[in-house]
Amino acid sequence: MGLLLIEQAFNGLQFGVMLFLIAAGLTLVFGIMDLVNLSHGSLVMVGAYLATTLIEWTGSFLLGILFALPATFLVGVVVEVLVLRTLYERDHLDQVLATFGLILFFNEVIRIVWGPASLYSGLPEGLSGHVEILPGVPYPTFRLMIILAGLLVAVLIYVIVAKTRLGMLIRAGASNREMAGALGVNIRMLFTLVFGLGASFAGLAGMMLGPLTSVEPGMGEPLLILAFVVIIIGGIGSIRGAFIASILVGLVDTLGRVFLPMLLRSMVADSTADGVGPALASMLIYILMAGILVIRPRGLFPARTG
Amino acid sequence: MNKKILGVLIVFGLMGSPLYAEKVKVGFMTTLSGPAGIIGKQMKHAFQLGLDHIGNAFGGMESSVIYGDDQRKPDVAKQLADKMVKKHQVHFVTGVIWSNLLVAIHGPVTRSNTFLVSANAGPSTVAGKRCSENFFNVSWQNDQTPEAMGKYLQDNGINNVYLMAPNYQAGKDMLAGVQRYYKRKISGKVFTKLGQKDFQAEISTLRASNPGAVFVFQPGGMGINFVKQYNQAGLMGSVPLYTAFTVDAVSLPALKGSAVGVLGTQTWSPDLDNPVNRRFVRDFRKKYGYIPSFYAAQSYDLVRFIDHAIRVAGGISDRDALRDAMRLGGYPSTRGNLRFNNNHFPIQNFYLREAVKDSDGSYTTKIIDTVFTDHGDNYAKDCRMKW
Repeated sequence: MGLLLIEQAFNGLQFGVMLFLIAAGLTLVFGIMDLVNLSHGSLVMVGAYLATTLIEWTGSFLLGILFALPATFLVGVVVEVLVLRTLYERDHLDQVLATFGLILFFNEVIRIVWGPASLYSGLPEGLSGHVEILPGVPYPTFRLMIILAGLLVAVLIYVIVAKTRLGMLIRAGASNREMAGALGVNIRMLFTLVFGLGASFAGLAGMMLGPLTSVEPGMGEPLLILAFVVIIIGGIGSIRGAFIASILVGLVDTLGRVFLPMLLRSMVADSTADGVGPALASMLIYILMAGILVIRPRGLFPARTG
Repeated sequence: MNKKILGVLIVFGLMGSPLYAEKVKVGFMTTLSGPAGIIGKQMKHAFQLGLDHIGNAFGGMESSVIYGDDQRKPDVAKQLADKMVKKHQVHFVTGVIWSNLLVAIHGPVTRSNTFLVSANAGPSTVAGKRCSENFFNVSWQNDQTPEAMGKYLQDNGINNVYLMAPNYQAGKDMLAGVQRYYKRKISGKVFTKLGQKDFQAEISTLRASNPGAVFVFQPGGMGINFVKQYNQAGLMGSVPLYTAFTVDAVSLPALKGSAVGVLGTQTWSPDLDNPVNRRFVRDFRKKYGYIPSFYAAQSYDLVRFIDHAIRVAGGISDRDALRDAMRLGGYPSTRGNLRFNNNHFPIQNFYLREAVKDSDGSYTTKIIDTVFTDHGDNYAKDCRMKW
């Protein structure tokens, strides 16, 4: 049981950092640019499709990812310049409508280009093995790599926001858009850059998912809902909050899914437990969110902006 | 002069026939969009091949088909069925892959006195007490295929089996089916979320419980993801995998070599040896360029079933005669000669199939054993229909 708990904690962590990659961009865009972007999940899908295709073309996982990242960044920039830029001054309902339209647009474009059938790809050579994280607990190398990549991105974002000039400008733009503009900061350019960065993080999540699961139109939407839960728990606009909330959601979802039905089976009749267990487990993170919002209505780490 | 009269007669003849002869209208509902769209595509292809084989005329009568995409959503299925019944006034609502969708449309369609013919879904809820004289199933009852798997596991002394299925009606039916015949120790049981894509947490739990074998029911894309991740976890060699509706012609093109050797049970396989099936598989591969799945075979059977019944009944105006004709069975099926149980579900053989690489390099399934001969379902006894 102890070993299983540790292995499941790793699974939860892996799911968590995956969510963080998606939530990081979402919370930056929502918190700093004050834009509700429902189409953030589409960028996960775009990243996954681009990477799957590029990996096939180049024949190398690393090369594929290296090309797909800037490509997704570019897609993000184009979307920001063509569509989102006109939405900053509008209210949230307009933004929701427009970005929902983007979801439909992206799903359809993907269907036209790649077809409606799912794409499947295998694990990259060299990462398909197992590592013993503890004696007797083999863990897939690729999933460990996802955890590592996620943590690296978290550090990278922290360094960018807290230690660089760009991060300073982002923070300045977030706390007072007009003032930063008046001091000569190119806010438009800055927002484009932030959006592009967020897009490539989301795309990276999609690229990591490709070898594990199917790549298909609409694959980002279920993840987007979870990413929203994450940024609401973490506090909108807070990267630190997004990180902690992602791990929390990942762990609660995974451990709940595994251990709640077991727990119920020891308390009530098997048939009841089989019915209630999975249903309750899938509600857990929403219960968690509601619970946290009761105690901290603005999330765990409310950003000090606006 | 004679030619002129002949011409006039032909013109009248052409005008007359659609006006006076009754037209057969068939609604065909399947999932064409989303991840399960590939199943719907195969079913539609097979349905159209069936139409080719009957000359686009059910029972030799003028026919029209209304296709519908249920998007795998019960509410959409219900709207579609309503539209087919009320607006198009079809004689048959057919197709339906998913059990939860069939349950949603079963009441409204059968009550409207329209025939509902399932080409795939066979939930227990409509096989027993709620059986209907207007509902026919040309595939199987959900429990039967896993029952065959359970019997195989039991007969071959396999012990400590771990069970896994998605958390919905068919998933529950499947596991109940295995456990009706497999009576030894169960090492664990888990219901996953319908549509789940990452099974890593479940696979970790499964490995920790150290089972002797694993039985899974994960249809469509879920199965591809599961088998892939089962392989990635390094379990394929060490813990044998037994399946129902998971490794088939829909998933094999994506699974490729990773599923070779996996055993499953099914009522049909491309290599099933009978004249109807040989012609179906040959023509299907020729027309569409890929190996048909059991979904396709059942969809083809559906066309032949309706066509045969209309021929025997001599038309579609007498609904009771048509029902009697359908009950007779005896239509040219890809599974040989089938007859129906009192609850309108087929009584048929169940085979053990193995995933293999075929001589031309494509991945397919091969029958290696017959598990059940003329197997009826467990719920027929609860159905009060007698005929």
